[in-house]
Amino acid sequence: MKPFALPWLELAIIIPLVGSIVVCLFHDVRQASKWCLGFITVSLACSMIAVAGYFNHQTSIALPWGLGSWNGQRLLEVDELNALLLPLVAMLHFLTALTTSRMMMAGFSFGGLLFGAAIRLAAFACVASCPLVMLLALEAALPLVTSRKPGGPSRVYLLHTLLFIILLGLGWTCIDVAQLTSLGSVLIILAVMVRTGIFPAQVWVADLFCKGSFSLALLLTAPLVGVYATVRLVLPVAPEWVLESQGIVALASAVYCAGMGIVQTDSRRFFAYLLSSHAALVLVGLGLHTPFAVTGALVMWLSTTLSLTGMGLALRALEARVGSLYITEYRGFYEQTPSLAVIFLITGLAAVGFPGTSGFVAIELLVDEAVGAHVAVGLVVVLAAALNGIAIVRAYLLLFTGRRHVTGVSLKITPRERVAELTIVALIIGGGLVPQTYLESRHRAVGAILRDWSKLPELQTDQHSTK
Amino acid sequence: MTLLGCLVIASPTVLVAVLGVPPLLGIRLSEPTTLRAVRTAVVVGLFACLAILVVMPFAGHQAAVVDLGDWVALRPTLNDHSHYHFAVEFEFDRLSVPLALLSYLLCGTIGVFAARYLHKEPGYNRFFLLFALFLFGMVTASLADTIETLFVGWEFVGLSSALLVAFFQERPAPPRNGLRVWVVYRISDGALLLAAVVLHNMVGEGDFDRILGNAPWPYGKAAMTSAQATGLGLLLLVAAAGKSALIPFSGWLPRAMEGPTPSSAVFYGALSVHLGAFLLLRMNSLISISFWLALAVVVLGLVSALYAYIVGAVQTDIKSALSFASLAQVGLIFAEIGAGHWFPVMYFVALIHLIGHACLRTLQFIRAPTLLQDYRVMENAIGDRLPRPPGFLWFAPTKMESWLYRFALERGYLDAILTDYVVRPFTSFFRGCEKREQSWADFINGDTRAIDDWIATPPHGSERNGPHA
Repeated sequence: MKPFALPWLELAIIIPLVGSIVVCLFHDVRQASKWCLGFITVSLACSMIAVAGYFNHQTSIALPWGLGSWNGQRLLEVDELNALLLPLVAMLHFLTALTTSRMMMAGFSFGGLLFGAAIRLAAFACVASCPLVMLLALEAALPLVTSRKPGGPSRVYLLHTLLFIILLGLGWTCIDVAQLTSLGSVLIILAVMVRTGIFPAQVWVADLFCKGSFSLALLLTAPLVGVYATVRLVLPVAPEWVLESQGIVALASAVYCAGMGIVQTDSRRFFAYLLSSHAALVLVGLGLHTPFAVTGALVMWLSTTLSLTGMGLALRALEARVGSLYITEYRGFYEQTPSLAVIFLITGLAAVGFPGTSGFVAIELLVDEAVGAHVAVGLVVVLAAALNGIAIVRAYLLLFTGRRHVTGVSLKITPRERVAELTIVALIIGGGLVPQTYLESRHRAVGAILRDWSKLPELQTDQHSTK
Repeated sequence: MTLLGCLVIASPTVLVAVLGVPPLLGIRLSEPTTLRAVRTAVVVGLFACLAILVVMPFAGHQAAVVDLGDWVALRPTLNDHSHYHFAVEFEFDRLSVPLALLSYLLCGTIGVFAARYLHKEPGYNRFFLLFALFLFGMVTASLADTIETLFVGWEFVGLSSALLVAFFQERPAPPRNGLRVWVVYRISDGALLLAAVVLHNMVGEGDFDRILGNAPWPYGKAAMTSAQATGLGLLLLVAAAGKSALIPFSGWLPRAMEGPTPSSAVFYGALSVHLGAFLLLRMNSLISISFWLALAVVVLGLVSALYAYIVGAVQTDIKSALSFASLAQVGLIFAEIGAGHWFPVMYFVALIHLIGHACLRTLQFIRAPTLLQDYRVMENAIGDRLPRPPGFLWFAPTKMESWLYRFALERGYLDAILTDYVVRPFTSFFRGCEKREQSWADFINGDTRAIDDWIATPPHGSERNGPHA
């Protein structure tokens, strides 16, 4: 039997979907946790096999009875763009489930995590635009369904989600009409900006982190689903001026959110602004729309998701031990949890592109192309990166240095947390030391996107006329 | 030669891995193990570097390049014929070998000193891990043959320095000062990154040979116009000024003395503070073709030296006094580098000055605690204060004396100016934005009082906010 002759990709989605129903049947949260971990581990393995099959040029079979097709074309597919994203998204959910401590289990929805994993994996695997739009809308609306907090998510989140869904739907409808492609692109770009937390829509990100569950907010924001929507839906059809305008707004947002990150007094809000600033930097790369800039953006996307997930999990682990983390004074957690301190610093530095981490080559490419566009653009990108770096070290110093935090019980990192965090650190440093493989993969993905772009005659003419 | 070159570069890299990986796995290394690893790495690197110094003249080479190939390389895509690559190359020449040797020598000395100084200190392993990162950064920066590689080393030096300032983390002052140092370093790093990328865009390569010419240092000719050299050189000057604590960034140097004495000695007194001067020495061919850049370097160096002399004279603790004495010498080294535009021999003078000063200052820093003890013993023996030199303002007119004295005590008001005109407006603006954002979110969430708060919020917020402010 051929190892890839199974619908691995579809299995990676169906297994957590089934798991979300099964897990809801358990009343004991520990049982639910164990089963959740089992389902998501299998899903992660399936996604990795599917991607391995893609890189070995062996296409897995589709689901029978036409379930896996849409308008005659395959609905879910591994391609160059999502090849690395799919295991990353599955891993993000796996690590979140793995690091959910007993303290947090009571208020945690394991079914929601599995359902979210299924929807996100489906969205990242979806290559047909109409189902993708529906999946993106469903994914954004997930907290309204899965939140275990009384009253559900805040009204701020509700309004922004509604705005995102309306803009996305309208935009997609307009893109389908030949004369309204530009308008459609603008609407989808606006939707993406709302979803990614670009100024002034960053309010919902901070609000969600502050008032909602940390893990739910992390899973909703860290994979940067909005960026995926841009690459799949907008980049192949958008005129240059739309992408450039998006780049300019994202540039301003990157600096603004980085500045906001520096003055935060709450660790969750600090994290939210950090994430928004990095998401904005990824969009800046897409807005520059040169092959290397887009490659830089895609690499930064991976690096940001990975590093900020690691940092988020470290913060969540710390919160599970001591409650809310205000960064107004030196908290002195280093002596109690040195491993979390080191991991926080490494993941933070990776996010800002410190040498030796996965983010370094991304920021190099991005600044290189930004300076190529205009020195001022490069200067602003460097400014945003510098401010983010200051915000991260400030938060590190406030959380981990200072007079030793005294507690009656040990705050040491648990074996599960250590496995999760070491996995992320290994990927960050491995990706930093040997970046060629994943960089080439991202560059090939850009090549594929540009090939799609050049197939559109009017855009091709437009592109050549501007060169 | 390649093997020796690889040894020089690999030994601090391996040291970082040996000291850095076990803590991540929850393994605590014993003090002797840590020290053994440090000694081995330093000795191997030092002797390999010495061997290169001996072998090069016999082999008839003025420079040797160790090319580790492209770290990343991207081919052109559709409709685009440009390519991107990041080469990792190291050059052993008459500029880089002395600095690499100096780094190994001083780090080795300080390593042995610190092993006793920090014996049974809770942060012993943390110190040596940061020490290893620093050594790696210094060796990489000094031997780099591409500006990108130099940037990698530069960043490691910055991070390890800032974290070492915050080493005694139980007290609030070291972390606070560590953050100050980090902020200045980020400005410096940003300027260097921008310079590296502008250079890359200008020349198409980051290799120093392509940028600065193939002639042996310091006689290379930059392949660009004088105006381009001035623009690029000014970016590099900002980077160098930040790293070497020249005006207006001098405020971080005395703050850096919060770190343990061994790190103050080797990092801020000897090596780290000279890295800016080294950068300008490496990029000297830009200074050679740009009059205005040379003038800027000379003026900045001299003004910083004068400032450091005046301020250093009123310092009441020995480490601060030594740090300003360092700064005065670094200022003079910068002036010598700038003078290289007119007299190329001054580049050699600056290099010799740099090496001599680094060695002297390391000795002074590690001798400082015992020197104070010796003074006390001598004063007790003679029953009086030791004779002191005349006041530092002997040259100043009487009317200026009190003003200069106040200026020196306030360290030239540099910190106050930066706090009042940069930090405070920045934080006030963003705290104002923060309040308004929170009011907006509360308003949407149904809290009608939020809109009243919005109206009542002052335009630039207040100094403190948040529940624990």
